[in-house]
Amino acid sequence: MTTDEQRSVAPAQAPTAEAAAGGTGAASPKIEVRDLDVYYGAFRAVKGVTMAVRPRSVTAVIGPSGCGKSTFLRTLNRMHELAPKARVEGTVLLDGANVYDPAVDPVRLRRYVGMVFQRPNPFPTMSIYDNVVAGIRLAGRSSRSELDGIVERSLRRAALWNEVKDKLREPGTSLSGGQQQRLCIARAIAVDPEVVLMDEPASALDPVATLRIEELIAELRTNYTIVIVTHNMQQAGRVSDETAFFTMDEDRAGYLVEFGPTREIFTNPREQLTEDYVSGRFG
Amino acid sequence: MTAAAVPIPDHLRRASGRERRAVVDRSMRIVTLACTVIAIIPLVALLAFVTINGVAALNVDLITKPPRALGIGGGAVTAITGSIQMVALATLIAVPVGLSAGVYVSELAGHRTAGVIRFAADVLVGIPSILVGVFVFTFLVLPFKQYNAFAGSVALAVIMVPVIMRTTEEILKLVPGDLREASLALGIRRWRTVLSVAVRVGWPGILTGIMLAVARAAGETAPLIMTALGSRLLNIGDFGRPMDALPLFIYQNARQPYPALNEQAWGAAFLLLLAVLVINILVRARSLRGTSR
Repeated sequence: MTTDEQRSVAPAQAPTAEAAAGGTGAASPKIEVRDLDVYYGAFRAVKGVTMAVRPRSVTAVIGPSGCGKSTFLRTLNRMHELAPKARVEGTVLLDGANVYDPAVDPVRLRRYVGMVFQRPNPFPTMSIYDNVVAGIRLAGRSSRSELDGIVERSLRRAALWNEVKDKLREPGTSLSGGQQQRLCIARAIAVDPEVVLMDEPASALDPVATLRIEELIAELRTNYTIVIVTHNMQQAGRVSDETAFFTMDEDRAGYLVEFGPTREIFTNPREQLTEDYVSGRFG
Repeated sequence: MTAAAVPIPDHLRRASGRERRAVVDRSMRIVTLACTVIAIIPLVALLAFVTINGVAALNVDLITKPPRALGIGGGAVTAITGSIQMVALATLIAVPVGLSAGVYVSELAGHRTAGVIRFAADVLVGIPSILVGVFVFTFLVLPFKQYNAFAGSVALAVIMVPVIMRTTEEILKLVPGDLREASLALGIRRWRTVLSVAVRVGWPGILTGIMLAVARAAGETAPLIMTALGSRLLNIGDFGRPMDALPLFIYQNARQPYPALNEQAWGAAFLLLLAVLVINILVRARSLRGTSR
């Protein structure tokens, strides 16, 4: 927890990682997933996912309820393994390093791959200020003089600064739902991650607050790589550069049907299943 | 806004007062109310009895002077200071142990282990407290051939630990899991998450459990009989020797044939009741404030 934070994930394991996995082109991917199977005990929740996420882009994961979108998302920062008997087969590469290598500390991984949840969950005992710096303070990297700057920068990036700058000492839970979610985004980016995972970040919010979150995602895209799970197809269409469509097989395991530029997924999908879903015929 | 209505048909009609259903309803109401009154009478009577007799026995000597022969001009300062010291030491021992055990069961133990420990704690809560006294007697009094206040504190701590442990666990269970997830997703270590998020969020409730355990320990007599023993000498800080406590003082003095001593027992009983009541009321006030937020 001291100074050797810069690159703590394991060195590249697979030299051929550059092979385009989802037809995304040549730029080296930020995240690359290969033949990923996810299990809860004996139940396989996700199977055979192979795809690549470009750096500084927004990738949407869509699909019907229960198709394993959230489970898949949570494998990317190893939050999934907090569930009892959860395990993973296959590889997830972050900048070419396998995050499931035994040498990887999942706690450190999560500082590079942050997460925003479906329901806004600011820490109720902490002020707005303390919420933003919670990840820095509680990870023991507190450099007191820098905190003020980090708070302002994170809140500005989360488009919340103007609304809260005069009440930083008030509890985080005193904010409205939409503001709380932006506070959670500020908290996630305060630890300076490279990737931000968002698990239906606007599904608990009203349409106006949702719009603000979507605008924010568009801005965050310039600094972060974003993977967002959403059940809202319009939202995927509005915010994402690329879209992954998941669905469920007869054995209830989720799998990736199609992955490609969002525009193509929505207007000219290759798979019939995708077309049925995006045109509203099922799901 | 009244729409035209037809007369109420029989199948919708309320029971008339003479029907069996209505009679049963009324009598059950009366029976349950009567039982409630019976249940509350002892509490009210006890409060009234102790207050009336106790207030009459209150005087400056009671809280400033040690006991004297026949009780003339003596007081209960030995018992007051003894109770405070022993309960304080017991709390010092029981809080870290009970809190850590509660955290372990709630946050770290496997499902089966947690079940076993929880069951053990529940059994421990129900163990007759005199047995706790005997148990502590065998290894903290017998080897030293000396009744001592430390043994008394340990016995009280044994009573307190399962209470604190169970409330800690129950409270931590109420802390939403998504707060822990939020913390872990920030790259915060597990132990930090448990302490700074889970325990911190549940702290008001945990504190309530600690205060209830303190109230319970303050009122315990049986575990002290074979450990701290009681003493007529003022003992400040010497945990290697016998020490008095309010419940012991009440127990001893109430059995004496001297009215002055009986009088002091009432006074001490009132002080003890007051202390326990104040703790309980504080706890209630705290939890009320907690829910109104």
